[in-house]
Amino acid sequence: MAGELQPSGGKASKNRARIGERIAARLDRSAPGRWVLRTGRAIARWLRSVRWNSWAFVAPALLLIGFFLVYPTVTTVVRSFFGRGTSLFGPNVEYVGLTNWKYVFTNEIMLTSLRNNALWAVLFTACTVGFGLVLAVMLDRVKYEKIAKSIIFIPAAISMVGASIIWKFIYAYKPAHLDQIGLLNGIVVAFGGEPLGWLIQRPWVNNLCLIAVGVWIWTGFCMIIFSAAYKNIPKALLEAARIDGANEWRVFRNVILPLLGPTAGVVATTMVVQVLKVFDIVYVMTNGNYSTEVIANRMYKEMFNYNNYGRASAIAVVLLILIVPFMIVNIRRFVSQEGGR
Amino acid sequence: MRKGFVVLLALTIVGLAAIVGLAEMKYVTVMHGWPGEQAPAFQKIVSAFEDANPDITIIVEVVGRDRPALLATRLAQGNPPDLTPHPWIGTMKQWADAGEIVNLQGIVDTSDINPALVPIGEYRGGLYGLFIFPNVKSLVWYNPKEFAANGYAVPDTWNELQALSQEILDDGGVPWSIGLESGAASGWPGTDWIEDIILRTAGADFYDQWVAHEVPWTDARVKAAFEVFGDMFTDNFVLGGATGALTTNFGDAADPLFLDPPAAYMQKQATFINGFITDHFPNLVAGEDYAIFPLPGISADATPDGSIPLLVSGDVVTVFNNRPEVIKFAQFLTSETAANIWSSELGELSAYVDADPAQFDNPITRQAQEMLLNATVSRFDGSDLMPGEVGAGIFWTGILDYVSGIDLDTVLDNIEAVAQDAY
Amino acid sequence: MKPRKAVARTPLHLAILFFVGVWFIPTLGLLITSFRDPSNVAGSGWWTVFPRLFSGGQFSLQNYVGVLRDQGLGIAFRNSLIISVPATAISTFIASFAAFGFAWMRFSGRRVLFMMVVGLMVIPLQMTFIPVLPIYSKLGLAGTFPGIWLAHTAYGLPLTTYLVHNFMSGIPKDLFDSAAIDGASPFKTFSRIVMPISVPALASVFIFQFLWIWNDLIVGLVYLGALPNVAPITVSIANLVTNRGQDWELLTAAAFVSMALPLVVFFSLQRYFVRGILAGSVKG
Repeated sequence: MAGELQPSGGKASKNRARIGERIAARLDRSAPGRWVLRTGRAIARWLRSVRWNSWAFVAPALLLIGFFLVYPTVTTVVRSFFGRGTSLFGPNVEYVGLTNWKYVFTNEIMLTSLRNNALWAVLFTACTVGFGLVLAVMLDRVKYEKIAKSIIFIPAAISMVGASIIWKFIYAYKPAHLDQIGLLNGIVVAFGGEPLGWLIQRPWVNNLCLIAVGVWIWTGFCMIIFSAAYKNIPKALLEAARIDGANEWRVFRNVILPLLGPTAGVVATTMVVQVLKVFDIVYVMTNGNYSTEVIANRMYKEMFNYNNYGRASAIAVVLLILIVPFMIVNIRRFVSQEGGR
Repeated sequence: MRKGFVVLLALTIVGLAAIVGLAEMKYVTVMHGWPGEQAPAFQKIVSAFEDANPDITIIVEVVGRDRPALLATRLAQGNPPDLTPHPWIGTMKQWADAGEIVNLQGIVDTSDINPALVPIGEYRGGLYGLFIFPNVKSLVWYNPKEFAANGYAVPDTWNELQALSQEILDDGGVPWSIGLESGAASGWPGTDWIEDIILRTAGADFYDQWVAHEVPWTDARVKAAFEVFGDMFTDNFVLGGATGALTTNFGDAADPLFLDPPAAYMQKQATFINGFITDHFPNLVAGEDYAIFPLPGISADATPDGSIPLLVSGDVVTVFNNRPEVIKFAQFLTSETAANIWSSELGELSAYVDADPAQFDNPITRQAQEMLLNATVSRFDGSDLMPGEVGAGIFWTGILDYVSGIDLDTVLDNIEAVAQDAY
Repeated sequence: MKPRKAVARTPLHLAILFFVGVWFIPTLGLLITSFRDPSNVAGSGWWTVFPRLFSGGQFSLQNYVGVLRDQGLGIAFRNSLIISVPATAISTFIASFAAFGFAWMRFSGRRVLFMMVVGLMVIPLQMTFIPVLPIYSKLGLAGTFPGIWLAHTAYGLPLTTYLVHNFMSGIPKDLFDSAAIDGASPFKTFSRIVMPISVPALASVFIFQFLWIWNDLIVGLVYLGALPNVAPITVSIANLVTNRGQDWELLTAAAFVSMALPLVVFFSLQRYFVRGILAGSVKG
């Protein structure tokens, strides 16, 4: 199906051939020249064998990715073995071996960050995927489905800064004898309680508050995906199960869930990859204070505020290492899909 | 056809003229992060310069919390802004070591700058920062009308200050308003408290040793200073207690003083809070509705001559690119004109060497300027002098941790651990 | 035969109402606050407007005027448009080219390369700035719009290629076979057959990318800077947060100005989003 590059006949190509012969003859006269000739011919052979059209399709993407993503990854891994400094590799940068790596795995703040990232990974993914699934199935049964879905998706259209503004406002604190302006404390006070500084309650309450913001933003995305997949399930299957006497819960567990399994896999993996990189929410709302630190924020601080590029690189590589297992799962699925085609 | 040709010719001439004109125009890029009222004041300085130098255009880039990141990436790229005012002396020294900033010694004439301020920007024999935007930090702001109405007297000694706080408390009020929140920089107002207290309990020499990490953070005198600060949060001395302080933004911490009835009576903050007060309460008059007194000395051993140590901070101007127009602008910033605009707009101090306090309209500025000129003991903000990890990192979070209830020894151990690595 | 009511309707509606309420109320609070007076905002909760909703004198447009005119958000809005629309278009194009290549063309290393492309989704962006920017600067792309178009395209490629590939791999093979018989070149097959079919998926990817780029802060800040003539709206708002951290009335108005366009885009293209995004992944 993919076409081969066809040599074009005619005068132009004959001219090219003649010039080529003359250059080849001149190169042949010296030893280095012959080496050039040989490599040149090998390259030409490889070029002819490649399917040009295929490469033309993927080349732009590969070039961009190679420059913007692959090259920095390689330099970052190398840089993690070097010390502090603001530049990539300069006169002030010295080799420090595993010092940065030791820091990453033993420093208390780093360990707090790792713990928090694990918390995010579990809670955020469970909630977004779980809520997304449940909402997709529930909303399918009501007439106002479209507007409800839109409302739940709206947060995804709000920037991280916008969402942080909204939720910082919700978590706002005023001393007990003044009127509350934050929604959460307003509710607490209305029920007779004392207002809290939600974002400074360590270590669980404030982390949960931050995770709630993330769930609020991303559930809509999961819901939309599950909804499309759910609507693809032939209605006949569900009807058959119902006629057989299964109640709704049974239908959900034994028919819907298995069929949506693959989708759930894709969604969950995407969410985990996104959440392990979580940065904006923590950065804008607490900047990692009060035990809310996460790895990406740590990397940012080390790199830009403390000018310790070596340590920041080590942290970045740790982030990559953490995400790799999930990528392997994703890729395994791709391979099995491929096998079916 | 002929008409088209004429039009084309006209356009070409105009275009060439524009290009030639543009080629004449020189550009200076400035990046700053001044919040609130300071940005428009700086813009006025820029306009004054552009009026005097029509062939130079200043392009101002305002970047908030991400400025360190942006500067780092621009330096890596090789196109930093020409000039930036900043408070990060520690980082300035790192830049100097890496050869990324211009040594202004001999290039910029510092004779217009108050000589007491010039040494701040000096490092290893070179001049890397022009200290022209100073402010004084050891000031307590209060509402004179409320004080008069309640019969409160401005305290001259630490004991009187404590007695006043107790008096306010007994009258049913809350003495202090403290705001520690500041986005990515939360905690810095607390560091100012610690620095002021150390100057007043352990003395200026110890302060210098502490800033240079010649004494550890676990030293008894450092711990004692923290405890003086921490004791403020007992009872009801601070509005909203620890939670109130941690969740109140520094720019809003003066507001409770001017509510009716006041929610608090005193707030310690630098001169720049003046701009925030007038922004939130445009009808207040300086000196009548809001005034300052210096934070009194605490221990006679620390200040044997009885003077009150002054904590000073502010922004120094650092130049990245050595071009004539950039130097010209830097020189202009040291001038009397610039200093006057800055102080009249903001009620801020003037760095001008011959600044006459009497010339200021704002009585607060007058008072602060006199303090600056007459101080026998003054020190620059410690956290700005320390390396970034400490002064703009663990020290800030240490304050937050301590105020939110973490054990003091743990907090100091943590800071010490980072400091050992960083220095 | 009429299907029996399998689920009691009331609990269902209540559950949905709960979710929708929790999701909507924060946004509602934002909207209401953006129309209120600064002194009201600092003094009382936004929910207190409800008892006196129609008695007038509570709402004004002053925050929006202030934000658009004084804080320069109008220009920032324009900049965001200049950044987002071309970047999204280029991104979608290159991703669909690559997805087609990976899905339907045979060449050595195809599988490995695709896994690598998708795997690169894990890279945290901040890590790439310092290696990339000096080279960018030498090429003269730093601080330019074409520069950031390329950057956004590259950063979005792993996810967008993955999504488009997911769809394209589900296209029935017969379509290609008939095209091959007609002697169509791969490019012709791509443009005449595959692209038209993929419009739903491409539209979904377009929306998703557009939202991402429009709301991005850090890439805009680093590749373009904060100069008013190039800074996107997210940078302007971030500066507002720093400068006026507790001026909620300004922040909320600014947040709404920024939200307006993505919401319009989302609502107008919503049908594609619902239909297209994973049409290929659940197969019978």
